[in-house]
Amino acid sequence: MKTLIIFPIIIPLFTASICLVSNKMPRLQWFFVWFGNITYFLVALIFLWTTYHGNIYSLQLGNWQAPFGITIVIDLFSSIMLVITSLLVFCSFLYTRSMTSREEFRLGYLSLTFFLMMGVSGAFTTGDLFNLYVWFEVMLMSSFVLMSFGGEQRQLEGSIKYVILNLMSSAIFLASTGILYGMVGTMNLADLSIKLSMIEQQYPKLIVSSLLLVAFGIKAGLFPLYFWLPASYHTPPPGISALFSGLLTKVGMYSIIRTFTLFYREIDTTLQNTLLIIASLTMLIGVLGAVSQNEIRRILSFHIISQIGYMLMGLALWTTSGIGGAIYFIIHNIIAKSNLFFISGIINEKTGSYYLKSQGNLYKELPILSACFLCSSLSLAGLPPLSGFVGKLALIIAGIHAGAYITVLISIMVSFLTLFSMTKIWIYTFWGTSNYKKEVSAEPEKSLFFAYSAVVILALLTLLLGVFGETFIVISEKSAQNLLQPLTYIEKVMEY
Amino acid sequence: MNSLILKTAAKYIAPLLFLFAIYLLLTGHNQPGGGFSGGLVASASFILLAFAYGVERTQNWIGISPVYIIASGLLLACGSGLISILLGQPFMTGIWITFNSLSLGTPMLFDTGVFCVVLGTTLLIILELIKEV
Repeated sequence: MKTLIIFPIIIPLFTASICLVSNKMPRLQWFFVWFGNITYFLVALIFLWTTYHGNIYSLQLGNWQAPFGITIVIDLFSSIMLVITSLLVFCSFLYTRSMTSREEFRLGYLSLTFFLMMGVSGAFTTGDLFNLYVWFEVMLMSSFVLMSFGGEQRQLEGSIKYVILNLMSSAIFLASTGILYGMVGTMNLADLSIKLSMIEQQYPKLIVSSLLLVAFGIKAGLFPLYFWLPASYHTPPPGISALFSGLLTKVGMYSIIRTFTLFYREIDTTLQNTLLIIASLTMLIGVLGAVSQNEIRRILSFHIISQIGYMLMGLALWTTSGIGGAIYFIIHNIIAKSNLFFISGIINEKTGSYYLKSQGNLYKELPILSACFLCSSLSLAGLPPLSGFVGKLALIIAGIHAGAYITVLISIMVSFLTLFSMTKIWIYTFWGTSNYKKEVSAEPEKSLFFAYSAVVILALLTLLLGVFGETFIVISEKSAQNLLQPLTYIEKVMEY
Repeated sequence: MNSLILKTAAKYIAPLLFLFAIYLLLTGHNQPGGGFSGGLVASASFILLAFAYGVERTQNWIGISPVYIIASGLLLACGSGLISILLGQPFMTGIWITFNSLSLGTPMLFDTGVFCVVLGTTLLIILELIKEV
C-alpha cells in the first residue's frame, strides 16, 4: 500500500508524457489514455475500500520525515475525491473522443488533460500547505492552456479574466502561507493543526484563515469573488468546461474544508456566522444570475456558484451530518453538473447554437439525450429519487439541527429557483417548435456514440447516487467524522 | 540574418556554450548551477545557431522535435523517483552508488530530466518565435 500512495500523481504524469511522445500514433495514444485512466480508477477504488475501513495512509516523500519533508496523505475524503475525479476524466475522454477534431488532439489536448488530472489529484492527496500551492499552480497552468484551446477571440477574452483572477488568488494564497510560516514555522498541515491549537490569541489565526478563505474562495467561486467564473466558463469547448466545472471549483472547496477542519478544532461563532452568510449569499446570487440568463452554458455556470453555496453551508454547520452532507453534495454536483455541460455540447452540435431561443423540439429528435438531461437537471434542482434530493435533504436536516434556520430557508428557496431555471431550459430546448435550421455541411456528420455513452453513464450514476443515497451518505458522514476528529490524521502523518 | 562574423563566431561559441551547460548540470549538486540553469544555457547555444544559420538548419541539427525532449525529460525525472520504489524506499528517496570518490545518484538523473524539460520548452517557444520574425 505504501507504494501505491504516490500512484494517483505518477500515473497521470506518465500518461501525459507518453501522450506527448505518441502524438503521431493516435491508436497507441488512446491505448495509453485508457490504460492510464483505468489503472488510476482501480488504485482510487482500492484506497476507497481500505480508507473506508478506517485506514489513513501517509508517505514521506524522499524519506524526509514530517514536518520537514513533504507528506502525501490519503484518507477517506481524499480517496472519495480521487474516485470521482477518475470517473469524470474517463467520461470526458469518452466525450471528447467523438466531439473533438483530430487537429485539437494533435495540439496536445490529451496530455494537458492528464496534467490537469495530476494537479487535481496532487491537491487532493497532499498533506502540506505549500505543496498544495504548487499543485494549484500545476492545475492552473494546464487549465490556462485548455481554456484558450482553439484560440477564438471570445475564448481569449474569457481566459484573460480567468488567468488574472486566478493569479491574484495564487498571490494571496502564497502570502498567507508565508504569514503562517512566519507565525508557527511549519507548512505541514498536520503539524500546523497542532501548533495552531497551541496559539492563545485568536486574531493571528483569524487573519490567516480569512486570507486562505479569500484565496480558495476565488477558486471555488464564493460570493463576492465569483465574477470570473460566469465570464469565462462558457467559452471553451463543452468537454473542457465540463471538466473544469467538475474539478476546479471543487478543488477550491476541498481545500477550504481540509484546511478549516484542521486549523479549527472548534469553530468560533464569528467565523461560523460569516461562513453561513457567505454560503447563503453565494446560493442566492448564483441562482438569481442563472435565472436571468438565456444561454445554456451561462445558466449552468451560474448554477455552479449557487451549488458551491450548499457545500459551504455544510461546512459552516460544523457537525458530522453537515460536513457529510457537503461531501455528498460535492460528489453529486461533480456528476450532475458536468453531465449538463456535456449535454449542452451535444445540443450545440445538433442545433448549432447555445441560445435557448434558437433551439426547440429536441425531445422528439433525441429522446435519450432528453431523458439524460431530465435526470441530471432534476437532480440539480433536488427532486427525489435523484442524488440532489438526498444531498439537499441531508444538508437541510443538518441545518435545522444546528439551528441555522435562515440559511435553510434560503437553500429551499434556491432549490425552487433552480427548478425554475431548469424547466426554462427544458421548455425552450426540448419542447416547442424547432427554431433552428439544420445546416447541411459538406463534412460527414460526427459519430456521437462515445459522447452519448459518457452522458448516459453520468446520468445513470446520478440515479444510482440517489437511489442508494443511504450508503453514500454513510460513507460521506464517516469521512466527515474523520475530518472533525483529526487526531488519527495527525498521528498518521507525524508517525508518532 | 546573414552575417559572416556571426556565423563564424557561432560555430565556435555554440559548442562551448553547450559544454558549459553540461558543466553547470554536473556541478549543480554541490555548487551553484543545476538542471534549470544548465538547460537555459544549452538552449541559448541552439538559439545562437538559429540566429546565425536559420531555424530550419538548427532543427535539422537538433534532429528531434523539442516536444520529444520535454517528454523524455519528464519521463526521466519521474523515473528517477521510481528507482527508490523498486528498492523499497518512499518515492524520490535519493539512491547513491559510490565508485572510489565519485558518487552517482538519482538526484543527478532528476536534474538531467529538468535539464531536458527546460531545454525542450525554451527551444519550442523561441524557435517558434524566430520563425515569426
